[in-house]
Amino acid sequence: MATTEEIRAQLADIVNDVAGVDQADVQLEKNFVDDLDVDSLSMVEIIYACEEAFGVSIPDEDAKDLKSVGDAVSYIERAQA
Amino acid sequence: MSATIKASQGAPYSRIYGVGGERGNRVVSNAEMCTIIDSSDEWIQQRTGIVERRWATEDQTPLSMSLVAGRKAIERSGVDPSQIDGVLVATGSHTQQFPSLAVSVAAGLGLKDPAATDLSSACAGFCYGLSLADSMVRTGSAKYVLVVGVEILSRQTDFTDRGTAFLFGDGAGAVVVGPSESPGIGPVVWGSDGDAADVIWTDEWNAALEAGKKPVIHMEGNKVFRWATTFIAEKTAEALEAAGLAPEELDVFIPHQANNRITDSMLRRMHLPESVVISRDIRQMGNSSAASIPIAMEALLESGEAKSGDTALVIGFGAGLVYAGQVVLLP
Repeated sequence: MATTEEIRAQLADIVNDVAGVDQADVQLEKNFVDDLDVDSLSMVEIIYACEEAFGVSIPDEDAKDLKSVGDAVSYIERAQA
Repeated sequence: MSATIKASQGAPYSRIYGVGGERGNRVVSNAEMCTIIDSSDEWIQQRTGIVERRWATEDQTPLSMSLVAGRKAIERSGVDPSQIDGVLVATGSHTQQFPSLAVSVAAGLGLKDPAATDLSSACAGFCYGLSLADSMVRTGSAKYVLVVGVEILSRQTDFTDRGTAFLFGDGAGAVVVGPSESPGIGPVVWGSDGDAADVIWTDEWNAALEAGKKPVIHMEGNKVFRWATTFIAEKTAEALEAAGLAPEELDVFIPHQANNRITDSMLRRMHLPESVVISRDIRQMGNSSAASIPIAMEALLESGEAKSGDTALVIGFGAGLVYAGQVVLLP
């Protein structure tokens, strides 16, 4: 079972790959749009990459509620449990 | 009694002989676009790569633009027009159900008695046409086929929708496909998913007209983006494999010019070598649906970024949802 920090770190790699955001900035309290300047198209790619990387399914109606890095990490933790 | 029917026989292979394009006469900058919709140059460029788009002027029609592009393609092909016995026009901009635009294009070009019809495959239309032309030539249904992709999307744009209004451009692109002793058009990878017919669509015409409105284009941008960057990226790689090529053997990649961000995402997944020339024609053209690939092909050849004989991967994808992709040798 991956720890919260492991999931955050892997998500940080994805956000870096898709949107060019420094991994160190991808912290739980950060908001994707307001703090990390990730736009809606990059969010689509990030969600898809998370589905592949973490083996979870994130439907569109849930994806739109994932505002912060912490939201995404918690969602992935729950989905993997 | 079952009689034996004689079957037609065509050329062993086909190839593209020539390409021609015609763009809308009017250059519309993002700044001008932002006088129509609430947006910004930076926002549009960041999300799509579009710097400016081309719109048809009043005197330009799908027919007039098809004729200019068609004439250029035929002239460059070196094929005598009397040899062209097939015309396929891919378009979503012809405003009559019949007669088809293809018969008018054929007549306007002075072609004598060719088989002629339109294709309704949206942004995949040109690649659908290319595949059908390849089949026609190889089965002997036609010797030379003119394939045209043409759109005037600015006349079908919802200018109250700030999510799509800035995307579209107008133009025509054409190629002549004919017989070849070696393969010049690879196997097509294509398909459709009508369960996703509600992702990109135009208004049902009767309903729109009865409501006193012009039928316009609608799109669920994020759904299209996700489909294009996942499923279509895989199909694009399949088209390369179907032609028996490794990524290192590819010279040029001309995806439908839907959005530079889609192209970027495809490239991240496909791992093409740096040496591959990538078409970014959308920057100056906007998204011209069925016309985007042949117009982009002409631009790369004219600029010298690509040359005759180069191996190019093309893929069209859009409303349907539909897609078609293949590897071709550039004329």
